[in-house]
Amino acid sequence: MTVVVNGETRELRDGATVVELLSAMDLSAEARGIAVARNGGIVLRAEWVNTTLAPDDHVEVLHAVQGG
Amino acid sequence: MRSRAAERDDHLVIAGEHFRSRLILGTGGAPSHDILEDAVLASGTEIVTVAMRRITRSGAGSVLDVVERTGCRVLPNTAGCYTARDAVVTARLAREALETNWIKLEVIADERTLLPEPVDLLDAAEQLVEDGFVVLPYANDDPVLAHRLEDVGCAAVMPLGAPIGSGSGIRNPYNLRIILERARVPVILDAGVGTASDAAIAMELGCAGVLVASAITRAEKPVLMAEAIRKAVEAGRLAHLAGRIPQRLYAEASTAWEGIADLTAHTG
Repeated sequence: MTVVVNGETRELRDGATVVELLSAMDLSAEARGIAVARNGGIVLRAEWVNTTLAPDDHVEVLHAVQGG
Repeated sequence: MRSRAAERDDHLVIAGEHFRSRLILGTGGAPSHDILEDAVLASGTEIVTVAMRRITRSGAGSVLDVVERTGCRVLPNTAGCYTARDAVVTARLAREALETNWIKLEVIADERTLLPEPVDLLDAAEQLVEDGFVVLPYANDDPVLAHRLEDVGCAAVMPLGAPIGSGSGIRNPYNLRIILERARVPVILDAGVGTASDAAIAMELGCAGVLVASAITRAEKPVLMAEAIRKAVEAGRLAHLAGRIPQRLYAEASTAWEGIADLTAHTG
């Protein structure tokens, strides 16, 4: 299936979880300092392992940068 | 010395947390993490802001490493949000990522002025306070809005001196004075500081603190400016506590008139 991650399309297996997506991005589920939004709503860290993505989901993977 | 002891106990207190420094450093615009780290140390700050953005593949270290090494509290912001909804989601994402319920709430009206959008700001502030956040809202220099933000439970109010990055100082000190007179939470000047004297004026007026980003990070020598503004904040605070003399139109002699010598050229 195709999902949109940080504005770019990405191929994942059907039913892939948030953790699988992060892994595909070389990010660990234990990685500190990151947060995930899906279709405009937050996916809490505790839910990453159980949250399955659907085709055309828009996912944002964010971290802290200089700002403010 | 008693006065020095009093000075040491003069903390900035936000939501029950004590800070010796009254300067908050915005990290946006620093040329590199190394310069940022030196500027943080030179500024003496104990609170630095960060923004939430899409993760990139760059391995160039994280601003969080700087935060960790300097021992500062991290204050995430909602920079770039134009609506209450976006700001609330961004605050929750920041809380999730950074494990802090403190948020510098920004809701911007438009890109050209970067002025706060007051209606959505108040809405977002209320939602976030309800959700357990310690909310520090970047606000207009509007005494009514400042009061409303305090009423919905914000831990501080952060009125602007002038638009973000404009370096124009405090454009409306009269409004700031009204905000300061009425506030029961810390008032922290946010945005507008261009150089050290602007920060000193804010503190002399009675602000509890000053948030500075561009004036330091975009100065020709950020580390030197960080030190200058640190000293300005300290000087302004001391001047505020010391109680300035009233301003007068005419002179007021500092030397007594009594006992003045008669130096007329007397002839015998």
